Amino acid sequence: MEVGYIELAIGSILISNFILAKFLGFCPFFGVTRKMSDSIGMGLAVIFVMALASAVTAALYRHVLLPSSPEHANVLALAGIPLPPEGLVLVLKTISYILVIAGLVQFVEMVLKKSVPALYRALGIYLPLITTNCAVFGVALLNTEAWRDPNGLPIHKATFNGFCGGVGFLLAMVLMSSIRERLAESRIPKALRGLPIAFLCAGLMALAFMGFTKLFGIAV
Amino acid sequence: MAVWEQIGPYLTGAWLVLGALAVVFGVVLAVANRFFSVTVDPRQAEVEEALPKANCGACGYGGCAAYAEAIVLGKADCNLCLPGGAETAVRVGKIMGLVVAGLTPKVAVIKCQGSYANTSDRFRYVGERDCRAAAATQYGQTACPYGCLGFSTCVRACPFGAMVMDAETGLPRVLEAKCTACGTCAEVCPKNIIEILPKDRYVHVLCRNRDAGKAVRQVCKVGCIACHKCEKVCPVEGGAVHVNDNLAVVDMQTCISCGKCAQECPVACIGNFRSLRRKARKQAPAADAA
Repeated sequence: MEVGYIELAIGSILISNFILAKFLGFCPFFGVTRKMSDSIGMGLAVIFVMALASAVTAALYRHVLLPSSPEHANVLALAGIPLPPEGLVLVLKTISYILVIAGLVQFVEMVLKKSVPALYRALGIYLPLITTNCAVFGVALLNTEAWRDPNGLPIHKATFNGFCGGVGFLLAMVLMSSIRERLAESRIPKALRGLPIAFLCAGLMALAFMGFTKLFGIAV
Repeated sequence: MAVWEQIGPYLTGAWLVLGALAVVFGVVLAVANRFFSVTVDPRQAEVEEALPKANCGACGYGGCAAYAEAIVLGKADCNLCLPGGAETAVRVGKIMGLVVAGLTPKVAVIKCQGSYANTSDRFRYVGERDCRAAAATQYGQTACPYGCLGFSTCVRACPFGAMVMDAETGLPRVLEAKCTACGTCAEVCPKNIIEILPKDRYVHVLCRNRDAGKAVRQVCKVGCIACHKCEKVCPVEGGAVHVNDNLAVVDMQTCISCGKCAQECPVACIGNFRSLRRKARKQAPAADAA
């Protein structure tokens, strides 16, 4: 089944929002949402890394991990290296994706440090933490799941899906930070102050996002 | 070794893929490191280390890191850090190879004595327990429109825990031993009651009310009524205390902290911090020894 762009966008931003429906990437969701400006910076960085990681991992999946097919050629098979009939998917998927994401984040970090030092300082520890952010890894894995497309999403759609996943991440971050900025000024029972009330809010937001299930008849 | 026989022939491919990925990213990152490397003056880290890291912004820069950068680039003087005071200025100066002239330590002074006993409220305020919100409601609930609202906004804002709320008076108090004069409290106070003043000046007018004497008398027992008595007793030539706009103000440049005006003031709105600070100075070495 071919997946359209609109379905991908609505699917990753609303229906299966990475934070509020898939419960991935909670570390920055609670760590960087104390201030609106920081959460926007983090969201933008995640959009960038997710889109880039999706593009690279989709290419890797199609041309290195999957066995050759009429639509796309396997680089290793072209070089005459023996491959198992199902390709290297099971053996190398996880480890090669992690390698790619780690490398990309390192690269982004260097670029930011040089060109946008203010954003680099604002993101602080959370930029290197994107390396081990399960949302980024999750989008790479989900893009290349067989149920979406037997060969994984094509590179341009994977990139778009990664971008939309990042937008959904940004949306959740902005919603959460605006709630927490209000919470900071409210009278809250002592036992719930700080993180506990944030977790309660996150639970209610996730509940609300469940209302998007099967939105416009899109099943994701 | 059935497993080995199954995967053995394909290991070459797996090794190659991971090896190639490692090499590609290794090369890309190495090249990026050359192109995007940022050379940082090693003194910047040292200067940052010497600063108090309160990130209060009293120096005029966005946090200690930004100030350290400005110092190293020669854009800022090294004595702008108020929390660090003279000690930090000298240490930073040493790193930068500069000689630093002495700095007078400063301290926050709360210029209102409108305690529960001395003044009253015009109405009952039930909104947000924050002075800035209260000040936006009919200038605040206190009878004196210039007075402290007492919702602890300054106490919460203090990054050093140098302020406490006195439950008896309903006024904040500055713990001068902890106060670094960063000015955060003065900035958040909607009534501009808190001032950062030199620590070696002991006499301050603890009132902000600029109304005429009669109006002040009606709202507060210890408000400045602009009677000019302090002006008359001041021994300094030309006077170190002047009444402007119905409010006495001590001139920090000329005041000799003799305390005569504080004794003479009929409403006791001039405070003398001499004994308080002398006691603190005596206790400080004892505390260090312990």
